[in-house]
Amino acid sequence: MTIKVRTARASRGLRGRFVEGVAAERLIGVASPILLLALWEGAGRVGVLDARFFPAPSAIAGTFVDLMRSGELVEHTWTSLGRILIGFTLGAVPGLVIGIAMGLSRLVRAAFKPVVGALYPVPKTAIFPLLLLVFGIGEPSKYAIVAIGVFFLVLLNTMAGVLGIEPVYLDVGRNFGAGRLQVFRTIALPGALPLVFTGIRLAWGNALILIVVAEILAARSGIGYFIQNSYQTFQVEKMYAGLLVISFIGYVSFLLLDELERWLIPWKAGRTG
Amino acid sequence: MSGDRVVTRHLGMRFPLRGRELVALEDVNLRMADQEFCCIVGPSGCGKTTFLRILAGLERQTAGELHLEVTDPARPLSAMVFQEQSVFPWMTVEENVGYGLRMRGVHATVRRGVVAHYLEKVGLTQFAKAYPYQLSGGMKQRASVARAFATAPQILLMDEPFAAVDEQTRALLQEELLRVWESDRKTVVYITHSIDEALVLGDRVLVMSARPGHIKAEIPVTLPRPRSVYELKSTPEFAELVAKVWEPLRQEVLGSFSAMARAS
Ligand SMILES: Nc1ncnc2c1ncn2[C@@H]1O[C@H](COP(=O)(O)OP(=O)(O)OP(=O)(O)O)[C@@H](O)[C@H]1O
Ligand SMILES: [Mg+2]
Repeated sequence: MTIKVRTARASRGLRGRFVEGVAAERLIGVASPILLLALWEGAGRVGVLDARFFPAPSAIAGTFVDLMRSGELVEHTWTSLGRILIGFTLGAVPGLVIGIAMGLSRLVRAAFKPVVGALYPVPKTAIFPLLLLVFGIGEPSKYAIVAIGVFFLVLLNTMAGVLGIEPVYLDVGRNFGAGRLQVFRTIALPGALPLVFTGIRLAWGNALILIVVAEILAARSGIGYFIQNSYQTFQVEKMYAGLLVISFIGYVSFLLLDELERWLIPWKAGRTG
Repeated sequence: MSGDRVVTRHLGMRFPLRGRELVALEDVNLRMADQEFCCIVGPSGCGKTTFLRILAGLERQTAGELHLEVTDPARPLSAMVFQEQSVFPWMTVEENVGYGLRMRGVHATVRRGVVAHYLEKVGLTQFAKAYPYQLSGGMKQRASVARAFATAPQILLMDEPFAAVDEQTRALLQEELLRVWESDRKTVVYITHSIDEALVLGDRVLVMSARPGHIKAEIPVTLPRPRSVYELKSTPEFAELVAKVWEPLRQEVLGSFSAMARAS
């Protein structure tokens, strides 16, 4: 007969392994994109990649630096960011308010649900021509398309968030004499917040897509216009520089959203500090 | 009716259920004196929570009358400690405990004092700034009890508040509850599954029948106060009372089992 004895792992050993694992992960995380870029560069030099469509990373970097120096790219970036922020606010605020109202009241839900259900599945890019007709080619049509895309995503997630609140919390509110506005502020809003945040994340990603599409289709400024314009003049490096900016905006804004979530929802379980 | 805090007459409650009706409560007649600690025991599903929700005004009875005597309009009529976990996950312990006061518009400085007082009474002072996910189940229930006490309600409604905690902790919590209540007497309706708990805490134990629930028996608890949870249980008087409550309850529990067996 054999008896297996398991002793606890020495705590230093465990910790050591953990640190090792984390360090390896970090290294891989940094090394893999660098490796990819090196491959790309090499492939271009050797002639495997057609430099007309896939210019070498070093060439793109050079163009990017030039564009930043001249301020051209920075200006387009700010223009697009401004449009996103305005459109996002215009869509998110009513989405939040109506979403909460729909979650709290059967009646409001009954009133809005068919309309939302019918409009939500329509691709927002498909209504852009209509928006151009209504708002003209200027700024308002850009705000509108972003706002509409954001509105539905925030609304649906917020409503789901409110509907998902344990009924007992609403009972507590009533039992302790909370009025309508207080229920809204102290229970519905914070209770729905985790899902609201999911909605905001999705909506932000959507806003990025929509603004670029709108600017490609009909604009005289913005990052989408910049890419479109580079395409028409066949300046491929510039197109890549534009893509780089979009990717950077996406990356940074999601980091900021993570930070915002940590700050707004400090009660989430499994989080320390 | 002076002195009577709660009076119900022929109180009944029906719920619509898949096209039919479910009779949860039928002909509940009850009279509770001011500052009385009244415990209700009864088989599962007999309508205890429903009864409490009617008392709390969260549900409206479908038959009969309910009278609640308001003596002090400045204080809330009732506050409830719910059967399930009910402290808000998005508020710290002190925000939870101060919630009722905040809803009543009590000024923050006053609130802080009251909250600190009750946090101390339930032993959560050190956890004032903690979020519920950082607490154990028993600690959450204590926060819920403190929240109810903090508003100084005229009637305190407690729905199996300690059912989900282990026996040793429960004994401690009962002891704490008795101490808090003895220094701050109010009318209490306390629901429990445990005969021991009902006898340790109550001035009177009401036995509810299986559904449709009504009050089947009333046993006055003559044990002297202040009570000590641990000493009390070993006395012969206690054993005698247990038998007195158990007899009518046993029939109801058996009855509800055979009803379940018939239904399935
Ligand atoms: N909102 C409701 N709609 C329909 N039926 C309900 C509703 N609330 C309660 N009931 C029914 O009423 C009966 C009594 O429920 P209640 O929650 O009052 O029981 P209880 O005595 O508190 O049980 P337990 O001891 O298990 O907590 C149950 O059969 C339940 O299914
Ligand atoms: Mg119950």
